[in-house]
Amino acid sequence: MENSLREKVLTRNIGPDLVPADMESYEANGGYKALHKVMSGMSPNDCLEVIKASNLRGRGGAGFPTGMKWSFVPMGDKCSPGHKYLVCNADEMEPGTFKDRLLMECDPHQLIEGMILAAYTIQADRSYIFIRGEYLVAIERLEQALADCYKRGYLGNNILGSGYDLEMHVHTSAGRYICGEETALINALEGKRANPRAKPPFPQVSGLWGRPTIVNNVETLCNISHIIDKGAEWFQSLGIGEDSGTKMFGASGHVKNPGCWELPMGTPIREILEKYAGGMSDGRKLKGFLPGGGSTDFLVEEHLDLPMDYGSIGSAGSRMGTGTMIILDDKTCPVGMVLNLLRFFAHESCGFCTPCREGLPWTRQVLEDIESGRGRKEDLETLVRQVKYIGAIGNTHCALAPGAMEPLQSALKYFQSDFDAHVEQGCCPYTQGERV
Amino acid sequence: MPTIYIDGQAYEVEEGKNLLEACLNLGLDLPYFCWHPSMGSIGSCRQCAMVQYQNEEDTRGRIVMGCMTPVTDGARLSLKGDTASEFRASVIESLMLNHPHDCPVCAEGGECHLQDMTVKVGHRDRHYRGLKNTHRNQYLGPLINHEMNRCISCYRCVRFYRDYAGGTDLAALASHDHVYFGRHQDGVLQSEFAGNLVEVCPTGVFTDKPLVNDYSRKWDLQSAPSICVGCAVGCNTSPGERYGRLKRIQNRYNQQVNGYFLCDRGRFGADFVNSESRLNFAGVRQDDGSYQAIKADDALSQVASLCQKGAVAGIGSPRASVEANYLLRRLVGDSHFCSGMSDVEHALVQQVAEALSTTRAVSPSLHQIESADAVLILGEDVSNTAPRLALALRQSARNKARQMAEDMRLEPWMDAAIRNLAQNQYSPVFIAGVHESRLEDIAAASVSLAPDDIARLGFAVAAEISGSHLPGLGHLSTLVGTIASALKAAKKPLIVSGTSLMNSAVIESAVAVVEALLSEEKNTLLSLSVPECNSMGVTLLDGGKGLGFNVLAESAAQGDIDTLIVLENDLYRRAPTETVDQLLGNIKQLVVLDSLDNATLSASYLALPAATFAESEGTFVSSEGRAQRYYPVFVAEDDRLASWQWLSELGQVLGLSGFDQLAHFDQVEQTCADEIPALSGITAAAPDHLFRNRGLKIPRQPARYSGRTAVRANVSVHEPKQPVDNESPLSFSMEGLGVGQPSSLMSYSWSPGWNSNQSIQKFQNEAGGEIKGGSSGIRLISPGEGAKIESLSVPDAFHPSNTDLLLVPVYRVFGSDELSRQAPAIAELSGDAQLVVRSENVNKLQVADGDGVVVVVDGSEVVLEVLVDDSIAEGCVGFTMGMPGTESLVIGIGSMVSLRRAENWQPRKPQLIATDNPNAPSPDTRGQRGVPYV
Repeated sequence: MENSLREKVLTRNIGPDLVPADMESYEANGGYKALHKVMSGMSPNDCLEVIKASNLRGRGGAGFPTGMKWSFVPMGDKCSPGHKYLVCNADEMEPGTFKDRLLMECDPHQLIEGMILAAYTIQADRSYIFIRGEYLVAIERLEQALADCYKRGYLGNNILGSGYDLEMHVHTSAGRYICGEETALINALEGKRANPRAKPPFPQVSGLWGRPTIVNNVETLCNISHIIDKGAEWFQSLGIGEDSGTKMFGASGHVKNPGCWELPMGTPIREILEKYAGGMSDGRKLKGFLPGGGSTDFLVEEHLDLPMDYGSIGSAGSRMGTGTMIILDDKTCPVGMVLNLLRFFAHESCGFCTPCREGLPWTRQVLEDIESGRGRKEDLETLVRQVKYIGAIGNTHCALAPGAMEPLQSALKYFQSDFDAHVEQGCCPYTQGERV
Repeated sequence: MPTIYIDGQAYEVEEGKNLLEACLNLGLDLPYFCWHPSMGSIGSCRQCAMVQYQNEEDTRGRIVMGCMTPVTDGARLSLKGDTASEFRASVIESLMLNHPHDCPVCAEGGECHLQDMTVKVGHRDRHYRGLKNTHRNQYLGPLINHEMNRCISCYRCVRFYRDYAGGTDLAALASHDHVYFGRHQDGVLQSEFAGNLVEVCPTGVFTDKPLVNDYSRKWDLQSAPSICVGCAVGCNTSPGERYGRLKRIQNRYNQQVNGYFLCDRGRFGADFVNSESRLNFAGVRQDDGSYQAIKADDALSQVASLCQKGAVAGIGSPRASVEANYLLRRLVGDSHFCSGMSDVEHALVQQVAEALSTTRAVSPSLHQIESADAVLILGEDVSNTAPRLALALRQSARNKARQMAEDMRLEPWMDAAIRNLAQNQYSPVFIAGVHESRLEDIAAASVSLAPDDIARLGFAVAAEISGSHLPGLGHLSTLVGTIASALKAAKKPLIVSGTSLMNSAVIESAVAVVEALLSEEKNTLLSLSVPECNSMGVTLLDGGKGLGFNVLAESAAQGDIDTLIVLENDLYRRAPTETVDQLLGNIKQLVVLDSLDNATLSASYLALPAATFAESEGTFVSSEGRAQRYYPVFVAEDDRLASWQWLSELGQVLGLSGFDQLAHFDQVEQTCADEIPALSGITAAAPDHLFRNRGLKIPRQPARYSGRTAVRANVSVHEPKQPVDNESPLSFSMEGLGVGQPSSLMSYSWSPGWNSNQSIQKFQNEAGGEIKGGSSGIRLISPGEGAKIESLSVPDAFHPSNTDLLLVPVYRVFGSDELSRQAPAIAELSGDAQLVVRSENVNKLQVADGDGVVVVVDGSEVVLEVLVDDSIAEGCVGFTMGMPGTESLVIGIGSMVSLRRAENWQPRKPQLIATDNPNAPSPDTRGQRGVPYV
C-alpha cells in the first residue's frame, strides 16, 4: 500500500538545508526552459490547451480547474483595449498552512517562471505577487529574483525577443486573512477595504481596476513551468488517483514530525500521517483532523485510508483545502480547538455582511461560555442553528463564514459528547490535559 | 414579462429588476436594509433573503438575496417559507446583538426602519448572552448627531456619502464587528449633502441635530407638502411642526426633481421660521423711532389711507409666491411694479426665461439631467448655487459606467460591480468657472477663467460644433476641440449655466452651444440656474413690463412715489446702501411685508408680519420652469398672515375693482393664470381647495398624532377645535386618508408597518419610480422654435491688469442665501464674508489667509478677510456673494478693483473643531445652542 514519491517536482530545488535556489542554480536544474520554449513558438492558446489537458486544479483550496479559469479571460478582439492582470495569491494565512512560504522562500524563480507563463497565456501585461506582509524572507528573495529576471530579459519589454511585455511587482499585504479571497485581494490591491466583491462579474472579466484578471495560488503557479516543459500527460501521471500532479501536504499538531512534503496527488492520509509526520506523539491518540487547514470539516480515524484528492475528501464531507492537516489528539479539548479557530475567524471577518460580522462573534461567545463552564443545554441548539444560519455558501457574501463553521459543524457531529460533557460538568473536562 | 412564482403564486414582473424590487413592486413586504432604490444593491445586510428552487421537484432550494438576484422567467421562490423566514429572523437577531435598547430615547424611534423590520420578521427572544460592543461617538458638526452604538453596518451611509455624493471625509473604518462609520477624527462633515445621512441611515446613527435638540416624534409632527426656499431648484420638502415650531425638514419624494435627497441648506436652513427676529404683529413707527404694535385691522386701514393719499409703487420679491407678487402688482398697477431684483439680475433672469422658451433644447428636470451623457458647465458653481443640481450632475457622470455595465450585461442595480468595473471612468463633464468647484473629481477637464472668457469658451465650442472657428483662444483651443467633439459624440448632451456670474454673455454662450448642437438634431438639454426660489415666477409674472429698480429709484427721486410697498424683500441686498437710502429718502412712506427683521423692514413706517413658506400657501416656479405649490404646515401665530392674504385684504379695504373676487387663494391663482399667459399653467400645479380624497380632506397629522389636548392643558383641559383650512384640500387634523392622494398633496408618507421614510415605496408606481398618479408640479416653459444668437455678443478676451483685479462673485452654499443664514445651525457653518484672492496678488500686499484687505470699488471701500485660493481665475478677485458686509460690492461685479492691506485688522479667532490636545475643551459641547450636552 505504500506509495513512495516517484518524482520531486515543486521541491526539486529544495534540499533539506533549505538553501534558496538563485538564478544560476535554478537554470542549471532546467529552470526557464519552459519560458524559452514558449517564447520561441508557443501561442497563448497552445499554452492554455496544455494546462487544460493537464487537469491542474487550483491549490489554494477550492480546487477549481486552472485551465478553465484562464479560458474565461477575453482574448484578442473580444477584449476591450487596456491592461490585463495576473495576480499571484501569496497571502497565505489559512490556519495550519505553510506550504507557499516554503515554495517562495526556497525557489522564488519557480513561481516567477510560472507566473510569466500564466500571464503570457492570458496575455496579461501586468502581474502582482500579493504576499503576506509577515513573509519577510520570501519578500526579499522574490524581490531579488525579480531583479535578476529583469536583468536577464525574462521580464520587461519584448521578453526573449518575443514581442511580449510583462511587468511584475511584489505587493505586501497589510495583513488580513480575507485577502486570501481573490476579490478581497483585488480590492486590497486597489487600495480599498479588503471586502470581497459580489460575483458575477468574475475577476476573469472584471477584476483589478475593472479589467480582466486571473488570481492563482502560489502552488498552482509553481506547477505551470513543469507542465509546459514536460506536458500534460506527464503531469497527469504524477497523481495516484483521479487528480493530476503532486501536491504539497503538511501536518501540524501533536505528531512526531510536523512538516510539509511534496507527495503525489491522492496519497492516502494514513501514509502522510504515519510515514511522513511520524505518527502521533507518544502517549497521544488520534481523535480527528482537519484535512486542509482551519476552514475544513473534521475527519476522524475511519477516514485515514482515504486518498488525499479533491473528490475523496469531498465525499467524506470535508474539503482538501490547502492539503495541510491539523491533527487533533485525544488530550486536546475539541471545543477549545474549535473556539480557538472561531476566535481567529471572527476577528478576520471583514465586517461586510451580517451573518459573518455578527454571527461569528456570537458563535465565539457561545463557545467561550461552553469552554469556560458557563454553557447551558440550549447553547448546543444555538450552535446547531448558527451552523445552519452562517454555514451555507450563499447565506453570506463570501466563503469565509461558511468555512469558519466547517470545523464547528463537524465537531458537533463527531465530538458531541465533548460538548455535552462541558455543559454537564460546568467546566472543560480537558483542563488537566486529559479528559476527566 | 417574466413570470415568477412566489410561495406557489404566479406573478408577472418587469424584466431587468432584482427579486427585492419585484417583491416590493408587487406589494409584498420583503425586509431590507442596505439596498436603496437610488443606490442599488451590494448584498451586505443579507436581510432580503428568499429561497430559490431549481425546479418544481426541488424542495430544499437555496437561500438567495433578493437584492442580488435578477428575476428570471419561471423562477420558483419562497418568501414566507420557514427557511427564508428563519434566516431573516436570524439576521435581525444578529443585528440586535450590539444594538442598544434605547428606542425610547432615540430620535429615530417611531420612524426607524430597523424597528419596522424587526417587528416584521418577528424576532423576539434574545439568545446572545455576551456583552454589547460600544463605540465612541464623534462630533460631526452642527447638523448631524452621531450615535455609533446603534449602527447595524448596512454601509448605506458611506455609499451615499462617498459613492453617490462624492464626499471624502466619512468612511468605513476598522473591521469585523468593530466596523466604524465616521470621520478620521471629530469635525464638521464637509459634504453639503451630509444631512441625507439622517434619512439614508435605517436607524438612529445619524440623526438631525437641530431636531434632536428640540425634539418631537414623527407621529407628533404636523406636516404639509412644501417647496424648499433655499435656491431655485425647487426641491420638494415635508416640513414637520409641533407647538408652533418648525422642527425639521424632510425630503418629500418627487422623482422628477429631488428624488430621495436634499442639500443641507434646504434641510437645515428653514430654521429661520423659528427665529427670534420674526415679526408677530403689525407695527407703526413712532416719532421717537420705535415701533408700536397695532392691530391688524388698524394696520390695514392705515396702509389703505396711505395708498389713497398719493401715488403708490410696489416692489415684489423673487422669494415671495407668485400669488403675492401678482396681488401686489395688481394693487399698484403694472407700471408701478418692480420685480424686486436688481436691474442686472432682473435682466439676466429675463434672458434665461426667454432663452428657455425660444431654444429648442429642453429645460430638464433633475431626473432628466441624470440621464445626460456629456455635460458642459459654463460659469455656474452649481455646488454652491443649486447644490441638488450638482448632485444630479454627479449621477449623470456615471452614465459611462452604466453603459459599460450594459455592454457587459450587468444589471443597472449591481452597484458595487458597476463601480468596480468602471472605477473612475466618467461620462465627460467639462467645467469652466471662475474658480475650482467641488465637482472637480468627476471633471474630464476644468478651467478657471474670467467670466467673459467663459463666454468666449462657450462661443468657441459652439463655433467648433458648427464647423467654424473662433480665433484668439490661445491655449484653450485644444480644450475647445475636446469639448466640442465630446458633446457631438453624446446622445444627450447637457449645457449648464446661469445667472450667478452676473454676465449675460455667459448665458448667451450656453444658448449658442445648445443651438449649435440642435442643428445636428440632437436630444439636447439646457439647464439655466437662477438665484432664488421664485426668481423665475416673478420674472414670468413681470414679463419684462415692470419697472427696473433704477427706473423706480429715478421716479422716486422726481417725487412720483408717495408710498412704497415692499413685499418680502430686503432692498439692501439688492443695491448699494446709499442707493437704497436715497430711494427711501425720496418717498413719503414705506410699507413692508416681511417675516423676519431686516434693514429694509427697520426703515419702514409700517410693517406687516408676513407668514413664512411654512405658514402660507403659494406657488413657486423653479429654474427648470416648474410651478409647484406649497401649503401651510401650521397656522401662523399672532397676527402673521400670508402676504397674499394681507394684499388681498388691503385690496378689499381699498375697494379696488375685482378684489372682492380675490379673497381666496384659488381665486387669486385662477385670476393670475387667466391674466398672465406665461403663468396660465399654475392652476394645474396642484388640485384646488375643493379636492377631496374619498370625500375627505387630506390630513396634515399622522394617524397616531398624540396629546392634542395635552398641548394646551395648562390653559384648558378641553380639546380645542382644530383650525379650519378653507384655502386648501388639507386639514389640520389626523382625520382623513393619507393614501391615494395626488403627489402634490402628500403631507407625509406612512403605511401600516412602514413607519420610516422607506414607506414611500408604498406610494410609488415601482421602487424608485414615480409617485402613483404622476410627479407633482407643472412645467410652464416649453421649448421654442430656436433661439437667435447675436454673433456680435462674443465679448473681448480678458487681459489681467498689473494693478487692478476683476471683481467676481463667489458663492457659499452656507452663507450666500438670505434666509438660511438665519438658521442657527447654518449660521454656525457660514462664517464671515471673505475675499478670495490668488496668492500672487496677496503676496504683493504682504497679507495671508485670515488677514484683512481693503477693496476699493467705485470710490467706496470695504474691508474683508482674505482667503487665498490659487484656483481663482488669473486677474480676478472674488467676494462671497450675499454675505453681510459685501452688499456694496455687488455693483462692482465685472469692474476692476484695487486692493490694499487693511490696517488695524483683528483676525478672527480660529474655531476649534477637533484637537488632539487632551486639555482642550471637548468639541462635543459645540453646536448645542449654548446648552451643554449632558
